[in-house]
Amino acid sequence: MTNTGINIHTGTAMPLNQANVDTDQIIPKQFLTAVTRSGYGKHLFHDWRYLDQHEQVPNPDFVFNKAQHQGASVLLTRENFGCGSSREHAPWSLDDYGFKVVIGTSFADIFYDNCINNQLLPVQLASETMDQLFAIVENDPAAQITVNLQDQKVSVGDLSVTFEIAEQHKTNLIKGLDTIGQTLELDDKITAFENNLPEWQRA
Amino acid sequence: MATTLYDKIWQAHLVDVEYVKDAKKTSETGEEGLIYIDRHLIHEVTTPQAFAGLDEKSRKVRCPERTFATMDHSISTRSLALDACGPTNKLQLQTLADNCEKHGIVLFPVGHQKQGIVHVMGPELGLIQPGMTVVCGDSHTATHGAFGALAFGIGTSQVEHVFATQTLKQSKAKSMKVQVNGSLPIGITAKDIILAIIGKIGHAGATGYVIEYTGEAISALSMEERMTVCNMSIEAGAKAGLIAPDKTTFDYLKGREYAPKGDDWTQAMAYWTSLMSDKDAVFDKIIELNATDITPQVTWGTNPGQVIGVNQPVPKPSDFSDPIDKDSANKALKYMDLIAGQKLSDITVNNVFIGSCTNGRIEDMRAAAAIAKQGKVAPGVTAIVVPGSVSVKQQAEAEQLDKIFIEAGFEWRLPGCSMCLGMNDDFLKQGDRCASTSNRNFEGRQGRGARTHLVSPAMAAAAALAGHFADVRDYQ
Repeated sequence: MTNTGINIHTGTAMPLNQANVDTDQIIPKQFLTAVTRSGYGKHLFHDWRYLDQHEQVPNPDFVFNKAQHQGASVLLTRENFGCGSSREHAPWSLDDYGFKVVIGTSFADIFYDNCINNQLLPVQLASETMDQLFAIVENDPAAQITVNLQDQKVSVGDLSVTFEIAEQHKTNLIKGLDTIGQTLELDDKITAFENNLPEWQRA
Repeated sequence: MATTLYDKIWQAHLVDVEYVKDAKKTSETGEEGLIYIDRHLIHEVTTPQAFAGLDEKSRKVRCPERTFATMDHSISTRSLALDACGPTNKLQLQTLADNCEKHGIVLFPVGHQKQGIVHVMGPELGLIQPGMTVVCGDSHTATHGAFGALAFGIGTSQVEHVFATQTLKQSKAKSMKVQVNGSLPIGITAKDIILAIIGKIGHAGATGYVIEYTGEAISALSMEERMTVCNMSIEAGAKAGLIAPDKTTFDYLKGREYAPKGDDWTQAMAYWTSLMSDKDAVFDKIIELNATDITPQVTWGTNPGQVIGVNQPVPKPSDFSDPIDKDSANKALKYMDLIAGQKLSDITVNNVFIGSCTNGRIEDMRAAAAIAKQGKVAPGVTAIVVPGSVSVKQQAEAEQLDKIFIEAGFEWRLPGCSMCLGMNDDFLKQGDRCASTSNRNFEGRQGRGARTHLVSPAMAAAAALAGHFADVRDYQ
């Protein structure tokens, strides 16, 4: 799909200080029966965020319901974020909630690709750097975190660190490219590949 | 240069060599490519938005003949009616039917002879063959690696990309060899092998890797068992899991509906028999296990890496040196309402689920029935058996396994994903505890506040009879 690009984003953080957050937590199965891409934000982290199934009673202990973190657009987390199911509803719900960037120690492969395809920037940082970021946000929930994709840099206060990202992911995120459109331009090559297949492998 | 099976399949599917040359080498292996997709399996949950995306741009499905659809996730296991689980589920199922009709894709809907869980249906029709690239908007697509195919789950945007182009842009993963030496003791199953592997390397131990499973214990497995192993590769974080094709693979495929026939079969065999890692191929990581060390496995926590042998005590958080593992263990014990040091045989279950793309095949039904016929489901336990496909159901009924289950007090249901994830009405209540043959024990996976313990089909059946976890080796 075509999106507008993402380059520099500044916002406050939601500190979800937990490892192995799976996509069943991010968006539980009962919300996967919809046929659209939108409207999942209100169900994000449903089981942790609400005490009731109708989403009327917020769980006061869950970080998403703390007053000091409302309006956050940068999600801080730990290792293996987004593990489990391939459901793209996970980045759809994070995006719909208002997150632009997810910063964690590591990400599950499918989830990572799904983020890239939805203009949600996944930033991978060392565990010790995550410790620093969590400490900064705990100290000052209003701390403004700036993520500069072009420079591959995360900065908040005096802290400034760089991160790695594959070049083609960076390009697609910055330019908001239609990846299907790009591949369709290679139609001749795809056709040539198909024509080259032995007869028994042709569909 | 010596290459792995993964290298060979990758190389054979590179569509655009220039694209690879031009790509800046920033992925971990330094290789990126546009790869051709031979087989695309689809289902109702992860496709509606992809079809809508095509429609918005007036794009077509490039190869409908390489695409096969079934209904599995959100269907009832009690009724063949599409609206049996409510209007939202019905709309999603109907949307799949409409999209398949519009784009000329073969669909096996509820009630069809060939319907089943996508990862059960595909192999049994011969749709999955060695050396293929196989994708599906479902993480358990890893299952099909059992055939020596490169198979992996994708998101909906990628489903749309495959629809439109029959290709995917991919970074090449690293390679990991998992070698299981020796032969399995009696009562130990493929499920125990894969749970033991995940227990050893961890829930994210294979993130960024494609695993190739090798060794005597793997070679000795049937295709059904190999599918169980590969299925849960994703539970170790792997991109895919592969087993090199051999006589077991070819014997399974021969004569299946979509397998090559006649001269095509001969040509296919010439290619398939070349599909193995070279003897001196270099893997980025090698893990070894001894099959004789593997005992019946039971997960105690909230990710599949939190697993122990049936005779081991529930671990203490202090058993873990890594602070994150320690923290995870604390949280898991709390959610699972378990006490460190507790014996599994003292943990009572009130639900048993036998089925899923991990363990919903005929051999799983047979293994569970062999235990079920030794007793009755314990009072207070609800036990359901959900075959993975119509074909599995019919075969089981021909062998009168359904009668064994029903006689013992199990419910015998219609095929579908069912309680593995509970997108239909098969979900658990707060506080329920389930011995489940499925693949994920995440919090709330089978129902909010419900507790899942992953086990083999035989162990699940034994728990149903005992009312608590029991060592299946006592039932042999």
